[in-house]
Amino acid sequence: MKLLNYFRGEAFQRGVHPPSRKEATADRRIRRLPFPPRVTVPLSQHIGKLPHAIVRVGQEVVRGQPIARADDWLSVPHHAPVTGVVEAIELKPSARGPWTQSVVIRAHAGATQEDLWGQPRDLDTASSADLLQAVWDTGMVGLGGAAFPTHAKLSVPKQAHVHTLVVNGCECEPYLTCDHRVMVEDADDLVRGIRYAMRTTGAVRAIVGIEDNKPDAVAAVEAAIARANATEGVIHAEAVPTKYPQGSEKMLLMALFGFEIPSGQLPVSMGMVVNNVGTLAALGKLLPRGQGLTERVVTITGPGVRHPGDYRVAIGTPLKFVLDHAGVEATPGLDRRQVILGGPMMGQAIASLDVPITKGVSGVLVFRHDDMVANDQRKTYPCIKCGECVESCPMGLNPSTLGMLAAKREYDLMGNHYHLGDCFECGCCTYVCPSSIPLVQQFRVAKQILRERAAA
Amino acid sequence: MGTVEIRPAPHIRGERTVEKIMLNVVYSLVPVCLFYIYQYGISAFASILVVTGACLLTERWFVKTGTQSGNLADYSATITGMLLALTLPPGFPLWMGAVAGFVAIALGKGLFGGLGFNVFNPALVGRAFVQAAFPTAIATYTPSFLPGRFLEFIPSSLAWPLMMPADAATWLKAKQLDALAGATPLAKWKFEGILAEAGDLLTSLAGHMAVGPSPLLILACGAYLAFRRYLDWRIPTAILGGAGAVAWLLYLFGPGHYPNPFFMLFSGGLILGAVYMATDMATSPVTPRGMWIYGGLIGLLTVVIRYYSGLPEGVMYAILIGNAATPLIERITQPAPFGKGVFGGARKGASYPLHPGYISREEAGAVTPKKRILKNKPKADERRTPNS
Repeated sequence: MKLLNYFRGEAFQRGVHPPSRKEATADRRIRRLPFPPRVTVPLSQHIGKLPHAIVRVGQEVVRGQPIARADDWLSVPHHAPVTGVVEAIELKPSARGPWTQSVVIRAHAGATQEDLWGQPRDLDTASSADLLQAVWDTGMVGLGGAAFPTHAKLSVPKQAHVHTLVVNGCECEPYLTCDHRVMVEDADDLVRGIRYAMRTTGAVRAIVGIEDNKPDAVAAVEAAIARANATEGVIHAEAVPTKYPQGSEKMLLMALFGFEIPSGQLPVSMGMVVNNVGTLAALGKLLPRGQGLTERVVTITGPGVRHPGDYRVAIGTPLKFVLDHAGVEATPGLDRRQVILGGPMMGQAIASLDVPITKGVSGVLVFRHDDMVANDQRKTYPCIKCGECVESCPMGLNPSTLGMLAAKREYDLMGNHYHLGDCFECGCCTYVCPSSIPLVQQFRVAKQILRERAAA
Repeated sequence: MGTVEIRPAPHIRGERTVEKIMLNVVYSLVPVCLFYIYQYGISAFASILVVTGACLLTERWFVKTGTQSGNLADYSATITGMLLALTLPPGFPLWMGAVAGFVAIALGKGLFGGLGFNVFNPALVGRAFVQAAFPTAIATYTPSFLPGRFLEFIPSSLAWPLMMPADAATWLKAKQLDALAGATPLAKWKFEGILAEAGDLLTSLAGHMAVGPSPLLILACGAYLAFRRYLDWRIPTAILGGAGAVAWLLYLFGPGHYPNPFFMLFSGGLILGAVYMATDMATSPVTPRGMWIYGGLIGLLTVVIRYYSGLPEGVMYAILIGNAATPLIERITQPAPFGKGVFGGARKGASYPLHPGYISREEAGAVTPKKRILKNKPKADERRTPNS
């Protein structure tokens, strides 16, 4: 069966193969970053409603202590990432642009990085609902980047039945290696987290999909499964051919099982739940101790970083502090650089270094001005209809025609007849376009306009 | 810290650029042009230079006057010129070649708005114009591999501008050659019923045969482009497959009346057209299924025009009609998005079981009730919340 896959040569149809550039960080152990003098914990770090702060200005907090409580189902609590004093609860800049309500904590000098809050508990006999509540209490969101509350993802709608838990270890974005290192170093936590997630959802089997450019991760996860003495086949690690954007859950399910999730439906409609390896490894670590999510693994790399690597960073650490520690290469006299949160294909360039690391940040990339200038200087030609974008769109759209319609502002036509709503902005079309047309950028604008029209 | 720059994602770009694609096509055309010059000597060389020069000058003029996008550095006008010269007879008067080059870029490309906006293949627009304007000159072929071809021009090449060329027949008679030696294999079959040898057709190495560059060489150069993905392999495959299939069917029904499909494929300009003309990116469909339809249509039309019209060659008109049909073909062959399928449903067939002991479709089906697919996202209160 592997052979058939080999001859097909593809995990899912279309997609692209950007250079992976993971060498700088793939073999380095995860290191711990010191606490910054001040952390800024935005209350909005996830998709969903704002939790509300339950601490007051001037209050002393202990690392791991809850500082915000979730009132709504699609909301998660937050925990103090450092031991210190709440200095302010005010509006602070966020990576997405608007200022958001944030809790600013001044760290006590010399405070330990050990989590002091939380009670160990026995989850072996816990029911599915208890486990779900425990997951919610950790404040866990999808650590792969989407930051969707994990308890909402693990809860099964009443009519549905989940039989398979799929664990997403693809990490298809170039440069990023945080999931890779977590799989290699925290494989036991990962397997424990998978067990909890299976019991929460009622899944009878779990499968870890890992791209085949990470053979050490596959080996580490398989060894951990063997150590955990799991029944043969209940948890299984599977290598899938490397391709971008395999980290999208629809693409991963296509690669693993060969079927498509119908447009507009979630994997749960096919009895599947997909979770990121980083999320489950963190759950495996936090759940038995009854602690909350206070730190995450972040890849700090790029041509502009002097000490690239994967770092365990407290939530709320300002980007400036992170970059000072990783060391930033500067061109003498020309101190211009671009800082990206996330990977180079879908990540977001940020305008201020004061924004904090949040739960959804998987990587910080630093490019010098010189690295980006070649892209800036590429001449934009009219569409020559080479069809490269059609051959690369993983969703099977026609970006060539969509781009021409976007130039004419035919947004309704794009949405109604050319399936713009299915675009998940992976950026493959812009990546391959020989005419350097900003296709996905236009689609983002078009989708936003359509959303506003629908709301109006 | 210094200045922070902001750009929208994606922050990395692929290697391919328009210049790179066009330059590779030019590279792949160089061996074809060299072989053509080896066949016909200095006249062919002058023809390629003059036609390409005319194309470049016209392009330059259009770019400078600001009516079209693109520039000379994108090499697209160079490709047009080289291809146009390869479709003209080697002894085509140079001034007529210059007219063809001008018309190709001006009417075929510049008036539509330049690179990417043209509806018809510019080289074929130029050739169609001169075929209508100079019917005698374009039908006058001379044999290849004439002695002294590198020193002596074919006399018709050097006709003064706006003057009719000298008659090739007298020149050939002086060389003790029959005037009809210069007819193309297709014209010979059409008007005299003589079929050319298969080997001669493939390599174009036999002397005294008026053919273009060797189909084998063109296929090899095209294979290089297809392998590097600078042209789409579907279009030549569909054209040759379509033309071959139709010709073979007709040959089955009337072997005496119709030539064998092999002759149909490798004579005339079908290979050049299929590999280089029809695959012009701007004038062919972008959708993969559309490419098959487009290619099949061109193949069919080529055979029909060759067999039933008064013209010996039909590739040019077939491709131009295919170009015209391209927007329509694209409209009916839009790709089916992921999760929607061709007929509105998602493709569900699992192509391979993941792990023999692990999951099978039957097993997945057994634990999965049929009517389980949720029409709408469940509301928050319908979920199994911890509180309920």
